[in-house]
Amino acid sequence: MDRSIYGFIFRHSKAQQIYLLLVTFAAFPFIYLQPDLVKTIVNKAIGGKVSDFPKDVIGFEFEQVAYLVLMCLCFLVIVLINGAFKYYINVSKGRLGERMLRRLRYNLYSRVLRFPQPHFKRVSQGEVIPMITQEVEPLGGFIGDAVAQPVFQAGMLVTFLIFIIVQDIYMGMAAIAMFPIQGWIIPKLQRKVNALGKQRVRAVRRVSERISESISGIEEVHSNDASNLMRAEFSSHLGRIYQIRYEIYHRKFVIKFINNFLAQFTPFLFYLIGGYLAINGDLSIGALIGVIGAHKDMNAPWKELLAFYQQYMDAKIKYEQVVEQFDPAGMLDEDLQINEPESIPQIAPETPIAAQGLTYQEDETAIPIQGFNYQFKAGDKVAVVGPPGGGKEEFPSLLARLLFPTGGRITVGGDDLKGWPEAFTGRRMAYVGSSAYLFSDTVRANLLFSLKNRPVNVPELSDNEANEREARLLENARSGNSNEDFDDNWVNYSVLGASNPTEGDQKLIDILEKVELSRDVYGFGLRGPIDPIRRSDLAEQTMEARVRLASRLSSDNLGDLIEPYDPDKYNDNSSLAENLLFGTIVTDDFDIETLGDHPYVVATLRTVGLEDELLNIGFEAATLMVELFADVEPGDPLFEQYSFIKADLLPDYQTILTKWSKGGAEVLNEQERGMLLAMPFKLIPARHRLGLITDDIRARVISARSEFRANIPADLASAIEFFDPAQYNAAASIQDNILFGKIAYGEAEGPEIVGQLVDEIVDDLGMRREIVAAGLDYQVGIGGSRLSGAQRQKIAIARALAKSPNVLVLNGAIDAMDGRTRNALVERVLEAAPGGVVWAIGDPDLLKFFDKVVEVANGRVAKETSGNGMEN
Amino acid sequence: MSLAEEVDLLRGIPLFEKMEAPKLKLLAISSDRVNFRPGAVMMRQGDEGDAAYVIISGKGDVIVDTPAGEIKVAEVSSGQIVGEIAILIDVPRTATVKTEQGLTALKIGKENFIRLLNGSPQVAIEIIKVLASRLENTTAQLREAVSAKSN
Repeated sequence: MDRSIYGFIFRHSKAQQIYLLLVTFAAFPFIYLQPDLVKTIVNKAIGGKVSDFPKDVIGFEFEQVAYLVLMCLCFLVIVLINGAFKYYINVSKGRLGERMLRRLRYNLYSRVLRFPQPHFKRVSQGEVIPMITQEVEPLGGFIGDAVAQPVFQAGMLVTFLIFIIVQDIYMGMAAIAMFPIQGWIIPKLQRKVNALGKQRVRAVRRVSERISESISGIEEVHSNDASNLMRAEFSSHLGRIYQIRYEIYHRKFVIKFINNFLAQFTPFLFYLIGGYLAINGDLSIGALIGVIGAHKDMNAPWKELLAFYQQYMDAKIKYEQVVEQFDPAGMLDEDLQINEPESIPQIAPETPIAAQGLTYQEDETAIPIQGFNYQFKAGDKVAVVGPPGGGKEEFPSLLARLLFPTGGRITVGGDDLKGWPEAFTGRRMAYVGSSAYLFSDTVRANLLFSLKNRPVNVPELSDNEANEREARLLENARSGNSNEDFDDNWVNYSVLGASNPTEGDQKLIDILEKVELSRDVYGFGLRGPIDPIRRSDLAEQTMEARVRLASRLSSDNLGDLIEPYDPDKYNDNSSLAENLLFGTIVTDDFDIETLGDHPYVVATLRTVGLEDELLNIGFEAATLMVELFADVEPGDPLFEQYSFIKADLLPDYQTILTKWSKGGAEVLNEQERGMLLAMPFKLIPARHRLGLITDDIRARVISARSEFRANIPADLASAIEFFDPAQYNAAASIQDNILFGKIAYGEAEGPEIVGQLVDEIVDDLGMRREIVAAGLDYQVGIGGSRLSGAQRQKIAIARALAKSPNVLVLNGAIDAMDGRTRNALVERVLEAAPGGVVWAIGDPDLLKFFDKVVEVANGRVAKETSGNGMEN
Repeated sequence: MSLAEEVDLLRGIPLFEKMEAPKLKLLAISSDRVNFRPGAVMMRQGDEGDAAYVIISGKGDVIVDTPAGEIKVAEVSSGQIVGEIAILIDVPRTATVKTEQGLTALKIGKENFIRLLNGSPQVAIEIIKVLASRLENTTAQLREAVSAKSN
């Protein structure tokens, strides 16, 4: 990467910069024509003598008024031309700057992807991210101006200077007398500001690093009561920035002061010396005014030049400060990543893989690996064991070429692994570390991550989309960005032995079974919604399962375990709100808790004459709650679990009740009525057993239900997916669609029995695999946070198996699982791995599954045995 | 059965007899009503217990596992409480309770019960009295048994 910002600018945008410069100069005459025309209009057209007219303009004769009109029109045209030039130049500059900025960011990011692995122990995310995002941001603006601005301003300056010198050489000299002094003193002062600027950049980086560390370590901060320490530390960093900033301001305005002073010092000389000469008659007053005017004209570009100089210094510091951070020693050769090799040979099982005199030294304090010699065949199942810190962890990383040896080498079939492109190490080999990082996407996307090495083909596109794609790629090329389109199909399903995404899902499910994860993913699928159009078969089967479950429940005499959603019946296991709504809420805009506040709901209740009754129920429920919870401490979990009224609202309800008992329901205002109405909406008769929901109320809620649905306004209609016994409910989960009712409260073992029945029916109908496939849509959360540690590790192993590696390297990778799972999983993974396996493993019970065991201690091979424990 | 009837049922049990009305209501409201199907096991001897059950309707058999096999030691029915020791101290269930015909019970969770006690020393004292009189009974029975044996 270019060390200087101008190196970078010229390497990538020389032609555009020159073009911009030419356009700028082309605009030059028009800029000067404009005031000239104004002068003509005022002096000649308006102030001209009658005798001057008619005037001859390119062969036509003009009277004074016509001449005025002509000149004014000319003026308008020039204004338009100037505006057009300005527009074009600004847009071109902006575009050039943005492209260059894009290129710079892309280069920086691309370099991060090539950083040597150990470098990530030294730089934190908090430092790297702002460098690529914020720190380089102002450079775009600068790059657009980088050439045109100084050349243009300098050109103007020289033009004026020549103009003056032609008139009078001494005046010219006088006008620029101060320039050398300014040119000498300003950079001197600026140097200190530059140094401070560098410090400021570093200090801000430190701040972002601290923020990111505080977030990563938030548990430690809380559990050690360290928040005050963190605050103090943060304050001290902010204080440092403040000091630097203040110092910068200080010096910047000193520079400005000196600048202004020097700029005014010249007129001072003119007035003094020129005035003296004029008084003595050695200089005409006209000449003196001419010189002062010329100086004024020249001062404008000169000021611009100085401002540009400061801007340049700023950009230079930013650029250099960033770029030097992105050039660590030992960076991966670009060719190993970018170029696709012509062929990527398979590693045959009998290929020897050998570590010869392997040495790896990360820093001076420890030498984990030295003189390490070991040979095995690519198809072998090798367990690597040994004490922690003895080199057991480093060897797999070296083998997967995540680390590069500092001495010796690893050869595959005699070739040094060092020179192999990542296309080879990343596809023929697989590596699973213990961190098992997942990307914030679906389970499927994470599993397929190992198959997205290059775009496989372009999806079918309309002409319009195809044109857009072309334009996108062209723009990418102009900024030196990736020449591969992210929207192409990247998943190489053929590696899985599948020809399309549906087959691919089936293969993934096979792999999930091998890593003991299909049961979990089945749960994700069952408890999640599906798109009934895209997965119409599954939706149909779900409807069949709904019917079967209902008949199973009645034949097994288990009907009271689930209370089905019946449009004509009140559901005692649902709240009144749910009974009224009789559907699933699709949007986040409103929720069932606040249903009573919705004007349409209130109107519906009024129509069916339920409002007063519900107010009464609200009154009774509130009375009971106030009676029960008046003595309970506000923080008591009883409130959370059993009270309809939040602890802090209890006094408000008390006031409402007092008001009611004095004056009746009529004296309550809208808000108070709303608060009372909220109570019955939460009532679940089977659970709360308050006996407040009478059969009469039930009947009326059912009529309100149809009323509610019949006249529903459009905004609510799109927010609710109504229950329909004959329809799949797209907003509900598969499980809820099968149950199509509420699991009854208070049935011992009820949920368990229902769960077993659902499982049985799912298997009878052969839906299980489809539900697992639906579970592949489950979002894993940031860093896989919605999954357990064991689930994450299983997905990481499945991801490695998905690419059918010739050699599968695992570093621990199972420590989050329990003993039984480890045992089963290791056996199955070894069986499922298409090639060899090298596994750094801690549990001695697991060694029986391996062909070979190599013990690593003190950075050397201590012992080689066969898997059954016999020494070779 | 409504909440009011459940409260009456609870009041019939010596352990809760002296509880103030609101407390008892709170206890009822924070307890779940649970149906056990015919043949269901309410609790199993040796398991950890986290709730007591007040039987609302139906019958249950109290069975103790002995080296000689299972012995039915008692029958419980409406208005009786089983498993109450578990909501006072952490001991494994001392007997198994099964139901032949099915039963309905009010499940009193340990945590809710202890929380109620925290707020009302009066209730705690009543419970101490109940427990003390039980201990006294057991001691008296033991004394009688010992003297009967020595005679």
